[in-house]
Formats: sequence, C-alpha cells, structure tokens
Amino acid sequence: MSLAPLRLGYVPLIDAAPLIVARELGFDAEEGLRFDLIRLQSWAQCRDMLGMGSIDAAHMLVPLPIAQALGLGPAYPRFDLAMVLSVGGQAIVVSAALADAMRAQGHGFGFGDPLAARAALQAVAGGRLRVGVPFPFSTQAELVLRWLAGTDLGAGVSIHTVPPPLMADALAVGEVDAFCVGEPWASYAVERGVGALVLAGRSIWASPPEKGLVLTRDFTEARPDETGRMMRAIWRACRWLDQADNRSTAAEILSRPDYLNLPPELSERGLLGRLHVTAAGEVRHFSGFIRFHDGAANFPWRSLAALLAQRIALRHGLNVDWAMEQAMGCFRTDLYRQHLRQAGADLPGASSRIEGSMVHATAVASEMGQMILGPDAFFDGETFDPAFAAR
Amino acid sequence: MARLSIIVVERDRERALRIVDGLMASGDHAITVIAEETGLARRIAEQKPDIVLIDVADPSRDVLEELALVSGPMERPVAMFVDRSDEHLTRAAIEAGVSAYVVDGLQPERIKPILDAAIARFHMFQKMRAELAATKAALEERKIIDRAKAILMKARGIDEEAAYALLRKTAMDQKRRVADIAQQLVMAAGLLT
Repeated sequence: MSLAPLRLGYVPLIDAAPLIVARELGFDAEEGLRFDLIRLQSWAQCRDMLGMGSIDAAHMLVPLPIAQALGLGPAYPRFDLAMVLSVGGQAIVVSAALADAMRAQGHGFGFGDPLAARAALQAVAGGRLRVGVPFPFSTQAELVLRWLAGTDLGAGVSIHTVPPPLMADALAVGEVDAFCVGEPWASYAVERGVGALVLAGRSIWASPPEKGLVLTRDFTEARPDETGRMMRAIWRACRWLDQADNRSTAAEILSRPDYLNLPPELSERGLLGRLHVTAAGEVRHFSGFIRFHDGAANFPWRSLAALLAQRIALRHGLNVDWAMEQAMGCFRTDLYRQHLRQAGADLPGASSRIEGSMVHATAVASEMGQMILGPDAFFDGETFDPAFAAR
Repeated sequence: MARLSIIVVERDRERALRIVDGLMASGDHAITVIAEETGLARRIAEQKPDIVLIDVADPSRDVLEELALVSGPMERPVAMFVDRSDEHLTRAAIEAGVSAYVVDGLQPERIKPILDAAIARFHMFQKMRAELAATKAALEERKIIDRAKAILMKARGIDEEAAYALLRKTAMDQKRRVADIAQQLVMAAGLLT
C-alpha cells in the first residue's frame, strides 16, 4: 500500500520532537501516512506557509493561532489547534555580566525559585531590562511578563523579538540583557559562555503549553480522515517521548544534520532535565522540564485558549469577551476526542478547567476512570476561570 | 510624488545588488541594504521606510513581525505589516520567496511595481538555486557510479566499459536508476571490507 504524503512544517527546537519521532520511528507509516518534514526558519514563515497551503500542518507556538483568530496577522484561512505537542521546555537566560553581578550578591542559581531569581536580578539590573523572546505571540512572552509583573523591574522591562538561533549573539553584543527561549537555544548560550540560566519556564507556570499541532480549518473540514491519522501518529510519538528511557535516543535523532544539526549532548540537556546553568558546568536537575504526553499534556483545554487570548487582548486593546470566544473556537477539543479516543487516549470529562488551580498533581474524572492532571499553578497564585476573567 | 524609501534585508552581497538593480528599474526609489542581523529592529525604526523586503525564509523576519505590532504608548509606531493589499500578489511573492512589509496607508498602486520587480528577482534566485542543486546532485551521482565501476572492475577483473554495461543491465532488470544500483553496490562493498 502506498503511503499518503503530508507536508509538516517545523522550526528546529527540541519540542519539534513529536513530528520528527513520528517520522523516524514510523508512527506515520502505521497510520498509512508519510510525513515530509519541512524545516522552517521563523514563525512568520511557518504561519505564512500554513496560511498559503504550502504545508498541511505545522509545529507552532500555541499563542500564534490565537493571534491569527484575533486578526493580529495576515488574512489567512482560520487556523485550528488540534492538540498540544509540548508543555514547558523554556528557560530564562541572563547575560554573563548580570550573572556575575547576581553571584556577587550571593545568588546561588538554583534554577527553580522565581522569587529568589527575580529579587537577585532586580538588585543588579538598574531598573531596566531588555528581554528577548522568539515571537510577539509566544508562551515565552507570557512567562516573562508574568514573572516581572508588579515589580520595579516589570515597569522597566521591554520585550524584543529575537530569532532563537540568534539569541546567544544578541546577548553577547548587548542587544538584550536576558531572554526566554525553548531548548536547546538557552543551553547553547550557556555553552558559548555568554549567559547563565536563572529559571525554568515551569517554575513560573507549572504547565505552560508551548507548541501545538496547527492546521487550517479548510484542511480539518475537507480531510477529516487524514487529520485523524496525523493526530494519532503524532500522539503516539508524544507518548513514546514520555517514556523515560527514550529521551536519549530522541536526542540522538533530533540532533542529526537534517533536523537540529547540533551536538546531541546539547539537545539532551533539556530532554533529560539535566541543565548546565553556567559554562563552568554547574548542573541542575529539573524533573519534567519538558513534557510531551504525561498529565494530559496533549489536551487542548479551551480554558488555556481563553487565558492566552485574554492576555493578548488586554495588551492590544481588544474586547476580551470576543477574543476569548474566538480563541476557544480554534482549540479543537472535539477533534481531539473524536480522533484520539480510538488510539487509546484517556479523555477528561470537561473541556475547560480553572487554570492554575493545581499546586500538586490531581486526579480528575475521565472516560477511563481517573486522569492525573497538573500541577498547573502559577508562581503568583493566580487562578483563571474564563467565566470570571478580567475584562 | 515623494520617492519611496525601501529597505532590503539581505546578507548575501551579490544577491542584494541584484535586488537593488531590479528595484531601480521599477522607479526612482531610495534603497538601503541591511546585511547585519543585529540591530535590525532599531535600524528600521530609525529609518522609517515605506517598504521592507526580506527573504521569506530569513530568520530575522520575526523581528519585523514585532515592528508590525508595536502599539505601546512609549513606543514610536512603525506600523508595518505584511502586505495584504492584493492577495494574488502576496501569494506570488511568498511563492517566489520574498515577503514585503509595508507601512500603513501606502497606496496599493505604489506597492505593485516594487513587488513585481522583487518577485522577478527572487524567481531568478530560485531558478539558480534549483539549477545549482541539480548540478550538484548530478556530480554526486557521477562520483558514485565511478566508484561502483571501480569496485566491479577490481572484483570481477573486467574493464570499465563492461563494468558500466553490467550496472546498466542490472538497473534495467530491476527497473531502477543506474545511480541507485551504484549506490547500493558501494554501500554493500563498504560493509564487506
């Protein structure tokens, strides 16, 4: 039987692993598909290729389809987020100069305490901080703004878009003072000796959705069968990735010249949660630094769409109710339930939840009995219920 | 009518010159080329161009996306966005490999000749790149076939012509390309030695 080819776009980061693993381990062929993976250089290119129909699906920043739904981008057909591909995987890096100053003040670079890291940074930053993020609509931007909100540093922060492979350069030449990025680009800066890791994204928000599988609504409506097969192949790759013994193998595969083209040792740090915080090799272990499957990581909670839409709407002066409605419509919990049930995915009873309410992993009702969610708490203790969101 | 100010973001000097040539032929414009990745946002904000042209696949595009969005009270609005004045033209541009960021309020009839010129140049680059790739692939295949011939000549004590005939016959029998058969032979020989 010949395999149906599908063109999938990805940007080289460790969280592109679900697409790459699905292709390399043959989860695509199991579903009668052949993934042709297209390496892309920027999120704008990823959005344009999908919008123009040059690719069938994309590995994409979770807030990007939301921004499109809110009209904050070129006029393309509606985008749908069919499933979340990864949670976490981000790290905050400060310049070597700031790191030295923080250390001189006694900061220990524990990597897990947002309040201690923020206080140490505020003490040396001189009231202003330029922070690089990969795209204006990114989980990284949300993490940084939340982390610094309500402090003197928050008042003096400016956010700048810097392409991830160029983050280390931007830090080295002093264009930014810090940045927040997905691995391996944070470790890459550490390895080059231009910065130090101060915090994992998951320390700010225990369950920050990072990338999603995004298709156009035209595709999900016209080709439901292939949509389902694609989702199942990728979902199985996600499950494989969260079996602990597979992460080193994944690092080897991802690092090949065709994909990330970096030493496996670099990709492995984020995948194994064993990060070098400084070039001197001080190692910090962060359990579950990036998750691809566990804790119902793949479920596209409508409440997540509402939360991200609320934040974007408030920054861009849009009507919050309208924005949340638009965003929730493109998080396709219906497709997730329809297509992944037969692959064996457990499904939660609800499609929306109160974000940030779980300090610990929590069992909830699901089709198969009990599903373990979270934790998903925000470091600042906020909880978000779409019904009571700030307008 | 005032001259349009155009920025071309292009690292490769040769390519940049060709783009500028093409644009000059479409009218009298003030054109600046930016080749460095660092400081891109600042330089564009300083210069306030009417149009920025950049390769679709350039990583720095995301920096321009940010300029398209600035709306904070403290920031000077640059208000550039991906051109959407003419959907067909935008699609043709992206397919050719160029994206255009255009300042708010610029008339579509002023954008079109510039985009047409840029598209023509980028089409040419694509063709050159495709030709280069094809030439390179052909050269690689030639090398593999030469190695396969040498292996056969040595193993079977035949001359070059006979070795090639054998490769070609095998390829025809198996309905495969000569280069594929040669590749398999070279790989197998590598395992055996």
